[in-house]
Amino acid sequence: MSDLRELYQEVILDHSRRPRNFGACPNCNRDAKGHNPLCGDRLTVHLDVEGDTIRDAHFEGQGCAISVASASLMTEMIKGKTVAEAKALFEQFHAMVTGGDAGGDDLDKLEVLAGVRDYPVRVKCATLAWHTLAAALDNGHMPVVTE
Amino acid sequence: MTEQTARKTPTLRNVAFDVERVRADFPILAKPMRGKPLVFLDSAASAQKPQAVLDAMTRLYSDDYANVHRAVYELSERATAAYEGARAKIARYVNAHDTREVIFVRGTTEAINLVAQAWGRNFLKSGDEVLITGLEHHSNIVPWQMLRDQIGIKLVVTPIDRQGELIMEEFERLLTPRTKLVAFPHVSNALGTVLPVAEICRMAHKVGALALVDGAQGAPHFRPDVQTLGCDFYAFSGHKLYGPTGTGVLWGRRELLDAMPPWQGGGDMIRSVTFEKTEYNDLPYKFEAGTPAIADAVGFGAAIDYLDALPWDAVEAHEAEVLAHGTAVLKDIPGVRLIGEARRKAGVLSFLIEGVHPHDVGTVLDTEGIAVRTGHHCAQPVMEFFGIPATARASLGLYTTLADMDALGSGVRKVKEFFRV
Repeated sequence: MSDLRELYQEVILDHSRRPRNFGACPNCNRDAKGHNPLCGDRLTVHLDVEGDTIRDAHFEGQGCAISVASASLMTEMIKGKTVAEAKALFEQFHAMVTGGDAGGDDLDKLEVLAGVRDYPVRVKCATLAWHTLAAALDNGHMPVVTE
Repeated sequence: MTEQTARKTPTLRNVAFDVERVRADFPILAKPMRGKPLVFLDSAASAQKPQAVLDAMTRLYSDDYANVHRAVYELSERATAAYEGARAKIARYVNAHDTREVIFVRGTTEAINLVAQAWGRNFLKSGDEVLITGLEHHSNIVPWQMLRDQIGIKLVVTPIDRQGELIMEEFERLLTPRTKLVAFPHVSNALGTVLPVAEICRMAHKVGALALVDGAQGAPHFRPDVQTLGCDFYAFSGHKLYGPTGTGVLWGRRELLDAMPPWQGGGDMIRSVTFEKTEYNDLPYKFEAGTPAIADAVGFGAAIDYLDALPWDAVEAHEAEVLAHGTAVLKDIPGVRLIGEARRKAGVLSFLIEGVHPHDVGTVLDTEGIAVRTGHHCAQPVMEFFGIPATARASLGLYTTLADMDALGSGVRKVKEFFRV
């Protein structure tokens, strides 16, 4: 069970059970859909982007604990960031979960997902929301697929 | 299994089945997994291999290996004899009338593609109907969609009910003189539903249609007898039958295979080639272009020897007992929902735990040394029918024990505890 606690940290279980910024976003002006066919996860990311700033971020859909928690944490982290900052954060996050050099201190609470690097098949779960975010930023209403 | 009763070699019929003795034949089952005894419950995806299969392949490579059907030297003759010997064993095992009716392919998927392209593309025309079921694996959907896009056949689907059974009244209604082929699984890979193969074949023949059985999940649980089943094509995989990957068989009736042109060109499938014209080889070689998976076919033959020596009535009884026990164990756990509760099932327990995604179920079970498959099981239309993205699937083989089912039950309880549902 100790291995499991590494993967499913308390914060992850909390965010998967009570996802933040979950649901539709009437004021958002960008969105994108993401699909992970391997596990059937489907997420939609909604953004309110003004100028260069992400003013609001929401998501909806269904997925495993890892993908829902990752999406929930992501929406918290990117609010108020610029598009470039959000993209840079994605790069750092991706490096962390794929076992590469994290290369930055900006990850903050996203670090609870670091355990994913020991479960290669779960990397797609953790990154689905981020790939979908990237699609929404590039807007973007094309669905992204993680396979 | 009334469809399976007529066997030619009843010598071991009344011998009891000793699952522990069988388990000792599979070296991987003794290996610990994540520090725990391995509970392997993914045989529907691919079964583990007995030592006899591994030995047969090593022996071929160490002592008897060369390319087949070509050279005059001793080694090539030995390799050819081993390869053709495997074909003969499989032919006897499925009760084929003629060894040449056994075509080696890479697996069930390739077998179905072969029928779609070599038979369908040549003998069907625009508007002809291929009738499949709502239970199909993608490999019995996509080849027909490709054929539809090539020549304009119509793909018709018989619906299933909430139990996961084929709705026979609907099947009867959809089966018309326009139906030229009925293609369906012996056993559903996602739900475990056993289909009434002989009855479906009889009904298909009544309207003049042929019947193709996807035996990928049927052959491992019921010794298939193609004569008793009454089908025209039976496709199955070696790796799900305790043999090597990359092996499979299309069995087809001789007259049908004879009339079908080759679908891949190359070496071995020809009799003579000039730049102007090629004369094709006879069955089965005209469908086996290129160097085949020789050692793997020999390993497949060894798996068939292994299965042939088993007391199949007792095997079926054992598997039914394990499945019934697993069903009871899971149903006893609050919040667990079985997907697929057909009256006749084999080998598969698809389930959901309320409040936990199947992927998370699989990861937690893995830490207990329990290997289950999670996902859509290459049967997305089945998932869509039940309105779910995925299931966790525990699937059984002949080596699966009652204790494995108890371990699954404890594992599922641990999942619930971990996620506090």
